[in-house]
Amino acid sequence: MYRYDEIDRELVRQRVAQFRDQTRRFLAGELTEEQFKPLRLMNGLYIQTHAPMLRVAIPYGLLSSEQLRRLAHIARSYDRNYGHFTTRQNLQFNWPRLEDVPDILAELAEVDMHAIQTSGNCIRNVTADHLAGVNAEEIEDPRPYCEIIRQWSTLHPEFSFLPRKFKIAVTGSSRDRAASQVHDIGLHLVKSAGGEVGFQVLVGGGLGRTPVIGKPLREFLGKCDLLSYLEAILRVYNRHGRRDNKYKARIKILVNALGIDAFRREVEAEWIAIREGALKLDQAEIDRVTAFFAPPAYDPEARYDSSFAERQTSDKAFASWVKRNTRAHKVPGYRVVFVSLKAPGVPPGDITDTQMDAVAELADQFSGGMIRSAHDQNLILADVKLADLYELWQALEARGLAHANIGTLTDMICCPGLDFCQLANAGSIPIAHQINERFDNLDYLYDLGDIRINMSGCMNACGHHHVGHIGILGVEKNGEEWYQFTLGGSSAEDATLGERLGPAIGKAEVAEAIARILDVYVAHREDEEPFLATVRRIGITPFKERVYAQTH
Amino acid sequence: MPRLIKNHQLVENTTQHLGMDDALPGGDVTVPLSRWQAERERLRFHPHRVGVRLAPDEDPGELVPDLERLSLIAVVFPAFTDGRAYSQARLLRERHGYRGEIRALGDVLRDQLQFMARCGIDAFELAENENSEAALAAFRQMEVHYQPAADGHGPVWRQRQLAAERRASRT
Repeated sequence: MYRYDEIDRELVRQRVAQFRDQTRRFLAGELTEEQFKPLRLMNGLYIQTHAPMLRVAIPYGLLSSEQLRRLAHIARSYDRNYGHFTTRQNLQFNWPRLEDVPDILAELAEVDMHAIQTSGNCIRNVTADHLAGVNAEEIEDPRPYCEIIRQWSTLHPEFSFLPRKFKIAVTGSSRDRAASQVHDIGLHLVKSAGGEVGFQVLVGGGLGRTPVIGKPLREFLGKCDLLSYLEAILRVYNRHGRRDNKYKARIKILVNALGIDAFRREVEAEWIAIREGALKLDQAEIDRVTAFFAPPAYDPEARYDSSFAERQTSDKAFASWVKRNTRAHKVPGYRVVFVSLKAPGVPPGDITDTQMDAVAELADQFSGGMIRSAHDQNLILADVKLADLYELWQALEARGLAHANIGTLTDMICCPGLDFCQLANAGSIPIAHQINERFDNLDYLYDLGDIRINMSGCMNACGHHHVGHIGILGVEKNGEEWYQFTLGGSSAEDATLGERLGPAIGKAEVAEAIARILDVYVAHREDEEPFLATVRRIGITPFKERVYAQTH
Repeated sequence: MPRLIKNHQLVENTTQHLGMDDALPGGDVTVPLSRWQAERERLRFHPHRVGVRLAPDEDPGELVPDLERLSLIAVVFPAFTDGRAYSQARLLRERHGYRGEIRALGDVLRDQLQFMARCGIDAFELAENENSEAALAAFRQMEVHYQPAADGHGPVWRQRQLAAERRASRT
């Protein structure tokens, strides 16, 4: 992983000192709430329903065991013994005290971490494919470019007060596990006809009140031009994005208003003027950053293990876990392990301090001391030998982290909802519990296969409901919580916005509605056809008829 | 008259910011871009400094024909959260080669002074409630910068290369 040098450390230390002073001034009444708000947001600090919420940056989802232990320590010392992983690979603490936040940031700085630009109208933490570097389809590892973008965007003097937040995701393979098409900018590493590797650039994707799939802005961008091109996009957006209405301020609205062709002309005109300037990357810098992400020394003997196959034959529970919670690794003899943060009874994405310590320990023991956080709010140990999987599974099982449901119906993406967030109109965690209680039969879930439920407690769409195979949006009607369903969405390479099923459904009926949707799927599916494919093939009508059928 | 910081010290501020129809007083003034464009030949004979004030949605490129004879351009922060003037300042400095004064007006607070300075703004009319001593100290809050801007800082990789060369030359 990227290791800080003295420049990186000094920047984070100075930023902590700056924020400590800003917090002191706010508490002393020298800064108004209105003045403090954008400053604290730029450091990931919200004031929520019950308490402040601090969002810690995990750049492109990569953590060392030492960093995860520090997060556990912070959860224990400053919060209520847990943290919450988000869809953008960050970690949120829900109960810190405002006056403790500077000390928390100092604790983070000691392990080369920060909360810079995890919120606010600035360039947010850059996210990446959580299987970067270990999946066989990859053209190139996207993480070095994420790190280069992270440094360029950090405390950018021109782009710290944009019209609205700005999110960038980078992928390196034909599969899209980073929801890049619903980001303000999606960057895909691609190979040109001549064999050169560069980026396809998408712009103007996003969810929220106006969901939009990103549009192709440039089919091929040379690596050396990455930062100058981003700067050109951001400058056009900073100058021309709407500032009169926060719901019309994202870049997607500007792109749609101008049209993609006119927007492209603006960007290209800006880019031509700065392309050969100081932001032009040289190969030496790309190589320097790339070296930090070099693969670990894999054991060539790992492939000759035979215990793994035997254990799967003799232990059905282990076999199920392997099938659902591990993925192929590009190196023979290894697998990628998902640590499920979706156990029944636990809010999706939540993890306790002792679980964090345990995962750090297991990462040291079995996966090179590295942990990843995934867009779908689970953790990943990416480099586990086949021979170690059984022992790792037992250890995860003992800590409630081996629920074998990755990719299934109960591996839901879920925002904190009404229970924590002051923006929310409806609960999402209680609905997750309801779904878990109704669908507690793992064999049934395995039969259903890959299904993604995404759930948001309001139209800001932090739970990405528009792009769930089944999307659930909480709305408030006459003081009651109701749930609006969409079907057929996807945030993967086939990104699609879901289609609205019909009128909102009462809180008590959500699991029943899902059960009916699943019945229709099971009745219509052909062979091994996944849920999403069936929805696309037969359309929404059969589902609608079944869900809204009168039963009495 | 708002307090003015220039060259990292408080200096006397006599500049008056005129609207479209305000009579020309004695002393230094700024006028809106459109007034400048309409009256520039007449304004040239004003015996004091005449600067142009760019609204946040105006294109600094419109001033290109006039940059030679301008020594003051004001950019405006209607609220400190409105970041358009940062881009205007960088364009004036880096695209159009303007070397005269760029002055920030409006909601100019200490926590943004360094961003402004990095974008090429070199004069700052402080918001009324801002503490001037603290504002003067705020230019040194961050000493490390990752990205190039209008203040001559190279990109961080160039800084790292230079540091490595210095280390190598010492050994």
